[in-house]
Amino acid sequence: MNIVDLLQHTSEWLKGSGPNSDIVISSRIRFARNIDKAPFPHWASKKQSKQIAESIEDAAAKIEYLKKATVFKLVDLDAVDKQFLVERHLMSYEHAQKTDSKSVIIDDDEIISIMVNEEDHLRIQVMQSGFNLFEGYNIINKIDDCFAKEIAYAFSPEWGYLTACPTNTGTGMRGSVMLHLPALVMTRQINQVLAAIAKLSFATRGLYGEGTQATGNFFQISNQVSLGHSESEIIDNINGLIRQIIEQENQARELLLNQNRAMLEDKINRSFGILKSAHIITSQETTELMSLVRLGCDLGIVKEINRRAINELFIITQPAHLQKIENKKLSSAERDLKRAEIIRSRLNK
Amino acid sequence: MLCDICNKNPATVHLTEIVDDQMSELHLCEECARKKSSQMESQFGLSDLLAGLADFEKPSEEKELSALKCPNCGLIYKDFKKIGRLGCGECYVTFKKFLTPLLKRIHGSGSHCGKCPVKISTGKQPRKKALDLQDLRCRLQKAIEDEAYEEAAKIRDQIKELQEKDASKGQP
Ligand SMILES: [Zn+2]
Ligand SMILES: [Zn+2]
Repeated sequence: MNIVDLLQHTSEWLKGSGPNSDIVISSRIRFARNIDKAPFPHWASKKQSKQIAESIEDAAAKIEYLKKATVFKLVDLDAVDKQFLVERHLMSYEHAQKTDSKSVIIDDDEIISIMVNEEDHLRIQVMQSGFNLFEGYNIINKIDDCFAKEIAYAFSPEWGYLTACPTNTGTGMRGSVMLHLPALVMTRQINQVLAAIAKLSFATRGLYGEGTQATGNFFQISNQVSLGHSESEIIDNINGLIRQIIEQENQARELLLNQNRAMLEDKINRSFGILKSAHIITSQETTELMSLVRLGCDLGIVKEINRRAINELFIITQPAHLQKIENKKLSSAERDLKRAEIIRSRLNK
Repeated sequence: MLCDICNKNPATVHLTEIVDDQMSELHLCEECARKKSSQMESQFGLSDLLAGLADFEKPSEEKELSALKCPNCGLIYKDFKKIGRLGCGECYVTFKKFLTPLLKRIHGSGSHCGKCPVKISTGKQPRKKALDLQDLRCRLQKAIEDEAYEEAAKIRDQIKELQEKDASKGQP
C-alpha cells in the first residue's frame, strides 16, 4: 500500500455509519505499551531506538491481524505525506515532528494504526465509526495479546502497564469519542456541558487532538484516569457520559426546531448555498459551514447529500489531502481555490 | 474579580479542576487563559502534574530523592522533574517512593486493576476478581448488543453479587 492508495477509500472513522452516527462521528481506543527494560523513546539513544523499532516491526510482521498492514517509516515521508496521515487521524501531530526511528503501521482498512516510538514504544489505536468503543476494544485487545506474545511488555502487577508519562500508567488505555454538538453550541449550553465533563476527570479537545482549538462544533472527549479501573469500567464510564451528552444534544436540537425552525432552516440552507457557490474558501470556513449542513442532514432539512458524503468532503478538503489529490505543492491561496472547486463539483452533482 | 495570574485584567474565564476530590479554581483573564490553555493542551496536563510534584518534596526528602538514579537507564530525579517523563519501566521501582503519592494524585487510585499481559504469569493471582468482573462486563455488553436480555439480566446479577462481596470485604 502507498500513501496515495489511501486517497481511494474512506477512512473507517468517516464512514458515517455505526450507532448514533448522527451525533457521534467516531470512537477510538488506544493502548500505550513499552518494551520491558528498554529506555522510553525520549530517553533512548539513536541506536537503541533503531533496535526497538526493528523489534516491534518484526513482531508486527508475525501478527495475523496485521497481515495486510503497511509499515511507513517516517524518514521516508515528506512533510505533506506526514500531514496527510495526521489529517486522517492515523498518527498524532507530535509523532510527525521528529522522525528518527519512528514509524506508523497502518492496516488496509485504516481501522488499526500503530505508532512506533511516539511517546511510548507502542501506541496502538483502533478507530470505529459511530458510538462503538466496545467493538474497538475487542479488536485492540486481540492485537495487544498478539504483541504480548512476541514482546515482553514493561508491566508491574501493582501499577499495570508502565508508560513514559505517569498520566498513562495502569491500563495505558485512552478511549475517545468524537462528537458533533452544533445545537449545544447554538443554544449556548456547551460551556456548561464542557465544565461538567472536566469535573468528572474527562478531557475535551478539538477535532485535531492535542494542541488545537475545537472548531466547527466538533469535540473529542476522552478519559484522563487510567489507573485503578479496568478497561471495561473505563469504557462504561465514558459510554455513560457520552449517552448523557447525546441526550442533551438531542434535546437542544428539539428546542431549536420547535422554537426557531425558520432561523435554523435559514442558517443551514445559507451554509449549503455558500458551499455550493463559493470560489474561494478556507478550511476553517469549510468546517464551520459543513457542520451546519451536517446538522441539516440529521434533521432532514438538507436532503440532497448524505452524511458519508459530507464526512468525505471534510477530509479531502484538508490541506495535505488537497495537495495529494493535485499531486503537487499548493500555496494557501491555491488551496482555497482548489477546495472551493472540489466542494462545488461534489455538491452540484 | 481580578485574574489570578496577571492580577491586572478582570477574570472572565473560570477553570475548575478536581483531582483526588480536591477542587481548585482558577480565575483568569482572557489573555492569560489563552496562554494557559495552549500550554496545557500541548503538554497534556503536564504542567499540573509538575506543579503537583513540588508538594511532595519535603526538604528532608529532597536530598534522598536527588541521590536516586535508575540502575537500568541512568535517569535521575532531576531529569524527571525537568522533562516530566520517566526513563524506563525500571524507573518505577527506583522512584517508587515519590511515584506512589503522585500516581494516586493523578488517578485517584494507586493500584492497577485490569488487563495483564498474556505472557507474564504473576504466580499468585491477586487480581483475579477484577478480571472476572471485567470479563462479565464484556459479556454483558455483548449480550446487550445481541439483544439477549435474559442473559444480560443474569450477568448483571452476577456483577452485582461480585461487587457487593467486594464492598463488604472493604469494611473494617
Ligand atoms: Zn491575566
Ligand atoms: Zn529507568
